[in-house]
Amino acid sequence: MPIALALVLIAVGSTLFHTLSPWWWTPIASNWGYIDNTLIITFWITGTAFVAVVLFMAYCVYRFRHGGPEQPHYEPENKRLEWTLTIATAIGVAAMLAPGLFVWHQFVTVPDEATDVEIVARQWSWSFRLPGKDGRLGTSDVRNISAENPLGLNPRDPLGQDDVVIETGDLHLQIDKPVKILLRSTDVLHNFYVPEFRGKMDMVPGSVTYFWLTPTRTGTFDILCAELCGVGHPQMRGAVVVADEAAYQTWLGEQRTFAELSGMTKIMKANFMPAEK
Amino acid sequence: MVDAVIGPEPVPPAEVAEVELYHPHSWITRYVFSQDAKVIAIQYSLTAMAIGLVALVLSWLMRWQLAFPGTLSFIDPSQYLQYITMHGMIMVVYLLTALFLGGFGNYLIPLMLGARDMAFPYLNMLSYWIYLLAVLVLVSSFFVPGGPTGAGWTLYPPQAILQGTPGYEMGIILMLTSLIIFIIGFTMGGLNYVVTVLQGRARGMTLMRMPLTVWGIFTATVLALLAFPALFVGAVMMLFDRVLGTSFFMPSLVSMGEQLQYGGGSPILFQHLFWFFGHPEVYIVALPAFGIVSDLISTHARRNIFGYRMMVWAIVAIGVLSFVVWAHHMYVSGMNPWFGFFFATTTLIIAIPTAIKVYNWVLTLWRGDIHLTIPMLFALAFIVTFVNGGLTGLFLGNVVVDVPLSDTMFVVAHFHMVMGVAPIFVIFGALYHWYPKVTGRMLNEGLGQLHFWITFLGAYAIFFPMHYLGLLGVPRRYHEMGSTSFVPESAQSLNVFITVAALIVGAVQLVFLFNLIWSLRYGRESGGNPWRATTLEWQTPETPPPHGNWGKELPVVYRWAYDYNVPGAKEDFLPQNRPPETSPA
Repeated sequence: MPIALALVLIAVGSTLFHTLSPWWWTPIASNWGYIDNTLIITFWITGTAFVAVVLFMAYCVYRFRHGGPEQPHYEPENKRLEWTLTIATAIGVAAMLAPGLFVWHQFVTVPDEATDVEIVARQWSWSFRLPGKDGRLGTSDVRNISAENPLGLNPRDPLGQDDVVIETGDLHLQIDKPVKILLRSTDVLHNFYVPEFRGKMDMVPGSVTYFWLTPTRTGTFDILCAELCGVGHPQMRGAVVVADEAAYQTWLGEQRTFAELSGMTKIMKANFMPAEK
Repeated sequence: MVDAVIGPEPVPPAEVAEVELYHPHSWITRYVFSQDAKVIAIQYSLTAMAIGLVALVLSWLMRWQLAFPGTLSFIDPSQYLQYITMHGMIMVVYLLTALFLGGFGNYLIPLMLGARDMAFPYLNMLSYWIYLLAVLVLVSSFFVPGGPTGAGWTLYPPQAILQGTPGYEMGIILMLTSLIIFIIGFTMGGLNYVVTVLQGRARGMTLMRMPLTVWGIFTATVLALLAFPALFVGAVMMLFDRVLGTSFFMPSLVSMGEQLQYGGGSPILFQHLFWFFGHPEVYIVALPAFGIVSDLISTHARRNIFGYRMMVWAIVAIGVLSFVVWAHHMYVSGMNPWFGFFFATTTLIIAIPTAIKVYNWVLTLWRGDIHLTIPMLFALAFIVTFVNGGLTGLFLGNVVVDVPLSDTMFVVAHFHMVMGVAPIFVIFGALYHWYPKVTGRMLNEGLGQLHFWITFLGAYAIFFPMHYLGLLGVPRRYHEMGSTSFVPESAQSLNVFITVAALIVGAVQLVFLFNLIWSLRYGRESGGNPWRATTLEWQTPETPPPHGNWGKELPVVYRWAYDYNVPGAKEDFLPQNRPPETSPA
């Protein structure tokens, strides 16, 4: 009965692999521990179902093998059994769906105190923008994009003048402060993915997408692109630094605003470029 | 209640003994431009398997790159993206869909229903030749400047038609054209299958006596006829965006530092169209597999399928539900996140009819007389891999759990297990099962055992551990991971393990191909009904059945397809056309 043995081996082997293998998720660095918990619940329910079905198959294959001790039995239907199994399944499904939807409700409900952070993707790099002292981001449009204004900010929008623009460099976030991550792309689809945050969302040219999180652990984390964006997709990397308040404020003080940056480009142009007609 | 399904009832004799069929006059009309559904089925199957081999080789190259990056110098990032794209599209559309519907559908629908042929034989022939054209257009993209498209099999705009993506010059145009041609050809075949099932059944073959194979293929065809048009319009619109400069899916954007003339379109609209097709597509592949595997299990376990009516309704319910779950592929696409509540709920509900099917397969084994033939072994392997892949679907369907896993190797592992490995196991089981009917000879048992064991254990070893790479956070569609702070060195050794398993499993498919060819000549003669099965295709007067299938008299059906080990019967099976011994007054 090699097949019955193989089935037992698969049930046992998969369980052992799951519990003993060194490959597991990265330690979390955001408030989305609920997501991890829902995942664990799902692992338990589905794991139990898998092992039960496979072991039951192994039992059947062995017990009811051709030439074995049992006589075949003709039984087209068994309403009671079928309905019992259906209801048991429905309960298992509800036990996964209910916590899932509960957590999803939190995921899509951005708290009022969350501050905006804008992340802009293009092939194949990341840029960031933080609101200035007014706490609001200025408007932007892809049509404003030029070499001097790579994020396409509206130069006539007063709200945007004090926005902090980080074109090359890391994004810094303050620990325990909820942020609403606003996502924008200037060319194709991208996806802002920091494995430690658990959250993830596509960036779609032509619209602004979002999700929110609260960083809960200091450190430097990789930003990856998780939506295919052309040949440079795997190399599209960045970093986000979660820091305490003092370190964050120091870093913030070193950054330049949109007005400063565009002023600088004007000065640079005046000094180093031939005069425009 | 049960009697309504299986009980004998009086059936009037067939009034029309011989329907006038077009009979071929030459070798060309018999074997090349044939209107015989069985020949068309073989043409479909061989073409699908040939193009499938291309996709298999592509998967070797991808796996090689992932395990030993840089060792094959011709694989650059562009090539890798082209491999994943062509591998995915070929496997899903040109292999699985074509083989299940064009191959098994054509062969089995008329035979299992006691018909002489499809309702529209000429259209049926046309369907195959258009499919072949679609395949040739697709293959031609390997030979054009820039090569085939590397946009991923989902072909998401804007990147699919912009520079920065390989094959944006010609490859994407050929891909979209090929899909359009495929859908035209499929629609011809699909209408045929539906009409034949509804109109071409033998006397006594009520819908609720049809073998589940036919129910699966029939429902899948209805799904395909409703779902493919969404892909069709999506492909036409993207072709217009690429060739004519329209902006259906293109917002204003800056590509490689250059302001493009596009504006006002919606990339997410394409995703909705694609997945409105793409999710039913999963069931277009799965439902025929569900049907076929039910018949394999029942036949080789010598036991009636358990809960036939529940099985039929589960197929229909899955088919209906499959149209209201598509956006579970788009939880992190940037669509309104409130949609998540609806689509997570519908998606998890679909687990219930699916689970019923699994229970009924297993309960068919229970108290059976299980013959461990190769088709039965593959059916068991199907249940294992399908349950595994179906359960990981509950992770990805449950919106918030999907968020960390989406776009990682977990997704790759899940869909390969559930709609790659599992349906392909059914295809293997079905080929071992019906090969004797098609050729009159059995496939070699020893080679079959070798093929089964390596394929089953190997495929599980490829895709089960792969989930954990995704859990770790390894994204899909990366030709190499590069350096990160969160992926440990040991993950690379897992990649090597998976690649070695994949190469072995791939190589053993060549043994299967050899078996298919070798047994044609040297296989043991099978006779007409080697498995002692009940369904009509095994009751033909000649094997292989000639054009017209049945000789002078069409079969008359008296019972359902699952009379195995009926109490009091002399043999352990009663064919569907066997009249009841004591006719009720």
